[in-house]
Amino acid sequence: MMHSLPETTAMRAPMIVFDRVSKNFGDLSVLRDINLTVAAGEVISLIGPSGSGKSTLLRCVNHLERIERGSITVDGELIGYRRVGNLAHELPEKLIARQRARIAMVFQNFNLFGHKTALENVMEAPVHVLGIPRREAEAQAVKLLTRVGLSDKMNNYPRMLSGGQQQRVAIARALAMKPKVILFDEPTSALDPELVGEVLDVMRDLASDGMTMMVVTHEMSFAREVCHRIAFMEAGRIVECGKPAEVLDSPAFERTRAFLSRVQ
Amino acid sequence: MLTYVPARAWGTRVAAVLLSLAVVYFLVSIAGNSNFGWSTVGEYLFDARILSGLYLTLWLTLVTMAIGVVLGTVFAVMAMSRNVVISTVANAYIWFFRGTPVLVQLIFWYNLGALFPELSIGIPFTSWGVSVPTNTLISPITAAVLGLGLNEGAYMSEIIRSGLLAVDPGQRQAATSLGMTARKALWRIVLPQAMPVIIPPTGNQTIGMLKTSSLVSVISLSDLLYSAQTIYSRNFQTIPLLIVACLWYLLATTILSWLQSRIERHFARSRNVST
Ligand SMILES: Nc1ncnc2c1ncn2[C@@H]1O[C@H](COP(=O)(O)OP(=O)(O)O)[C@@H](O)[C@H]1O
Ligand SMILES: [Mg+2]
Repeated sequence: MMHSLPETTAMRAPMIVFDRVSKNFGDLSVLRDINLTVAAGEVISLIGPSGSGKSTLLRCVNHLERIERGSITVDGELIGYRRVGNLAHELPEKLIARQRARIAMVFQNFNLFGHKTALENVMEAPVHVLGIPRREAEAQAVKLLTRVGLSDKMNNYPRMLSGGQQQRVAIARALAMKPKVILFDEPTSALDPELVGEVLDVMRDLASDGMTMMVVTHEMSFAREVCHRIAFMEAGRIVECGKPAEVLDSPAFERTRAFLSRVQ
Repeated sequence: MLTYVPARAWGTRVAAVLLSLAVVYFLVSIAGNSNFGWSTVGEYLFDARILSGLYLTLWLTLVTMAIGVVLGTVFAVMAMSRNVVISTVANAYIWFFRGTPVLVQLIFWYNLGALFPELSIGIPFTSWGVSVPTNTLISPITAAVLGLGLNEGAYMSEIIRSGLLAVDPGQRQAATSLGMTARKALWRIVLPQAMPVIIPPTGNQTIGMLKTSSLVSVISLSDLLYSAQTIYSRNFQTIPLLIVACLWYLLATTILSWLQSRIERHFARSRNVST
């Protein structure tokens, strides 16, 4: 099932814009001069060897990591900073938190709140961050958990759920914030092979719904079928970026080819 | 069709019988021993002085533990702060109060008046402000609460810190990425999950404080043990009065242990409840 995005992504408004983004950890240069525009409704996957900076790139989008140079905007809003002339002042924590509330993140290890049931996990941030009344948040949480196929597991604590179920709760929890974008960091890497499919199905469903998604993944078939574009990263750079068929079948660079031959 | 017969733990049964016999023999020999002065024990068990001592002991334990938990939480969070000034202040506090005997701290607070005859609030190096004689501010009970509470705060902060460290950092990240501030993430996500690690040693500390609080006798406060001592210094019934004190300590400890297990069960519900 392939859903279509307008042929030229430029027809859609840009949702996430990386403009000459660089980041270091001490002496280590983790992101180097990243330029990338993700259109609204676009699904882009990031692939590349371990340590190439994929997770860091995602974490910069919601300012979990600071960048040293360049800028990131989401839906036209500069992330983490306020521009005053030529200076970018870091925003106070409350305002950064407000930006993060609309930029959802799904983690490799699910990170569900262990002391809360599936339903409470999904309700937590709408109630305590957005200030939505409990009853409304609960109705929404029930709807979302049903959407990811967990209507019978709402009162389970994370410990009593399989990895695939936990990750689907995590996706419902992300959706409850009505995010502008969802960032997935290897959402299926911690799952037993037979549980990968159920999570990818939910993500496929979101994609066809027009959600803007950045997905770090090793699932090449998912990247090929669902993503509009694939970006290959190595050593902090986006080496090449294009339609799945182009990048996967006829990569322009030898390094991309070498990586693909190792994972496929 | 097989009928399963569980293995019988014969060793356990034999041990239980032998142990019961030993305990009964022990109790009978103590109860029959007139040197223990059981009638004196009965006479003083509900003596007004003993009961008011018991009240002070319980009050001090609860108040100083409450102070300890609050200070401990504050200093644990401070000690983990990325701000070097804040974490240094917290570590210095922990270092000092764990590093000096609590008995000395009590005497120090009690004698604060000798070191600083007046305490004042105002702008340093100016004549603005108010002064009060220290001894009107620091009564023996204030000294006891300060001494025991500040000391307990240092121990509690280490307990709470280890609890916070036991929570997977991914929990805080998830909370942050959902738009929670650091403070909200701490209260709603991290601390509740640290509780199973924090509670058992806190129960231990509380029970320890029940007995540590008897140190306040050095600043002339009549807690449970000191009340018993006062009485036997007059009537020389040392053993019976110490038994009286111990019976109350044991009862208080039993109740506290029961409370602890109730609280532990409350915080463990996400681990074993299934629907
Ligand atoms: N908090 C950190 N401190 C120092 N180095 C880090 C930190 N996080 C990641 N790195 C380093 O940054 C590089 C990129 O990491 P990451 O973005 O996690 O790569 P990927 O997700 O592509 O595997 C790696 O070399 C990693 O060791
Ligand atoms: Mg990674």
